[in-house]
Amino acid sequence: MTQHFAKSQATQALAARLRGHAVRMTNRARASHIGSCLSMADILAVLYGSAMRVDPACPDWADRDRLVVSKGHAAAIVYAALAEAGFIDIAELETYAQDGSRLAGHVTKTVPGVELSTGSLGHGLPVAAGMALAAKRAKADWRAFCIVSDGELDEGSNWEAIQFAQHARLDQLVAIVDYNKIQSFGSVAEVSDLHPLADKFRAFNWGVHEIDGHDHAALHTALTAPPVLATRPTVVICHTVKGKGVSFMEDQLAWHYKNPDDAQVVAALAELEARL
Amino acid sequence: MRNETIAALTAYARANPDVMLLTADLGYSVLEQFADELPDQYCNVGVCEQAMVGIAAGLALSGKRVALYSIANFPTLRCLEQLRNDVCYHDLPVTVISVGGGLAYGPQGYTHHGLEDLGIMAMLPNMAVTCPADPHEAEELLPQLMERRGPGYLRLGRAGEPVLHDAGTLVTLGKAVTLRSGSDVALLATGPILSRALAAADELAEQGISASVVSFPAVSPLDEDCIAALAASHRALLTIEEHSEHGGFGSRVADLLMASGTPIRFGKYGTTNELRGKVGSQSYLLGLLPSVAARAAALL
Repeated sequence: MTQHFAKSQATQALAARLRGHAVRMTNRARASHIGSCLSMADILAVLYGSAMRVDPACPDWADRDRLVVSKGHAAAIVYAALAEAGFIDIAELETYAQDGSRLAGHVTKTVPGVELSTGSLGHGLPVAAGMALAAKRAKADWRAFCIVSDGELDEGSNWEAIQFAQHARLDQLVAIVDYNKIQSFGSVAEVSDLHPLADKFRAFNWGVHEIDGHDHAALHTALTAPPVLATRPTVVICHTVKGKGVSFMEDQLAWHYKNPDDAQVVAALAELEARL
Repeated sequence: MRNETIAALTAYARANPDVMLLTADLGYSVLEQFADELPDQYCNVGVCEQAMVGIAAGLALSGKRVALYSIANFPTLRCLEQLRNDVCYHDLPVTVISVGGGLAYGPQGYTHHGLEDLGIMAMLPNMAVTCPADPHEAEELLPQLMERRGPGYLRLGRAGEPVLHDAGTLVTLGKAVTLRSGSDVALLATGPILSRALAAADELAEQGISASVVSFPAVSPLDEDCIAALAASHRALLTIEEHSEHGGFGSRVADLLMASGTPIRFGKYGTTNELRGKVGSQSYLLGLLPSVAARAAALL
């Protein structure tokens, strides 16, 4: 119990650092999507901080767990997570979306630790399913994780993969939905309601965890547990808040697009610091 | 030529356990040979071409070389962005095999006419685009595409195409194959429509016109040296393809001639928009187009 608590504290501190990096990166680059980054900070912190089997010194290690970030617009915080994990230098984050940088505005595989370049929605889950199929055929024990946004579940290609993965018994595939309830034009409920999302996955024969996506203990448990259904893929539906961790960005559509000015960066970093 | 191609793929996969074949639930009576012999290297993903390409990319990123099988436009246009982003952006060893290119599925209607694939596939970065004329070209190209370890496209006719080459003819990816040497006009053909180019050369000979017939098994990489040599040794060039006359093989040859400033009489022979909505066999639909020989003669 104590050990678990200590692990949670460490990943919470990591999540706060990731949020701080993302706020500074989007400010410096005048880039969008800070809200989308902040909602998945805790998911990334737990994946890299405790749940995933990776080796920053050997990014191509054959038996590593794979993480495909299908919501490629949340690139800033993905690069931040890779930097904090040791795949790239933290100083390189300053080049995010700058001329000549390898840190493109959408997740790009030229960065060590990135498994797939993404940016167009609905591409990641089929690729992760292909990875899980490779693991299964090779009788390897690594897992393929894929973070999808709620809005991108409108894309039909995801449901093709959801159907395929259960039929192919891809129990090493774990989809993680960053269900922050806001997509490009408004709330998910208004644009194209996903409710009841868990039931949709259950109807497709997936095992389902439905958790608070900012609760590190719950994230760790769901992301390290054996498959919910013995031979089927698992989805971890993470109820999250867009912009989480910076009060004036929370649950605001505008922060899908806006970038923080210098004063807002100071205010945001003060809030993140205070919570540590 | 599909049966010869799958036989070649099966032989290749037998020797290379890292090769996988995916189908989007097409290939009944064609793929069983592979599936029965190499079940661990085979997967029918269901009717989902977008996911199929993504799955192929995931397999390729995990060390596999993947061949995809489907028909006409389904593994190209339906999943174009997956090919662009997941396969070509990552430069992965994924070869798309599409059966029924051109008008091979003529009576099935316009949805099954593959008339834009060559041009669109050839625009994708590092995609090798092949369009074999006969079973010999197809079975020679297949292992070369797999060996290349990059994105590839193999556009097949259907079944029963005649063998046009002599046994043992060397077929090399990116190299043209000369079947007849003439001096007035060169007929540059890609795909099974090569047989019509050969027939046109006979017609032209009766008119006293000497025609070369050259097969281009690959649209990309294009055999630029061969095209330059043909332009230097003939009075006119006519490209011939079972594909939109815009944007395909002929357009790539035209681009090359323009860019190199080659002064030559030039024509492109391909399908036109008038075929949209027409129903009939492959030979019926091709018969609605002007005569190849007349087009060639008109250039002189």
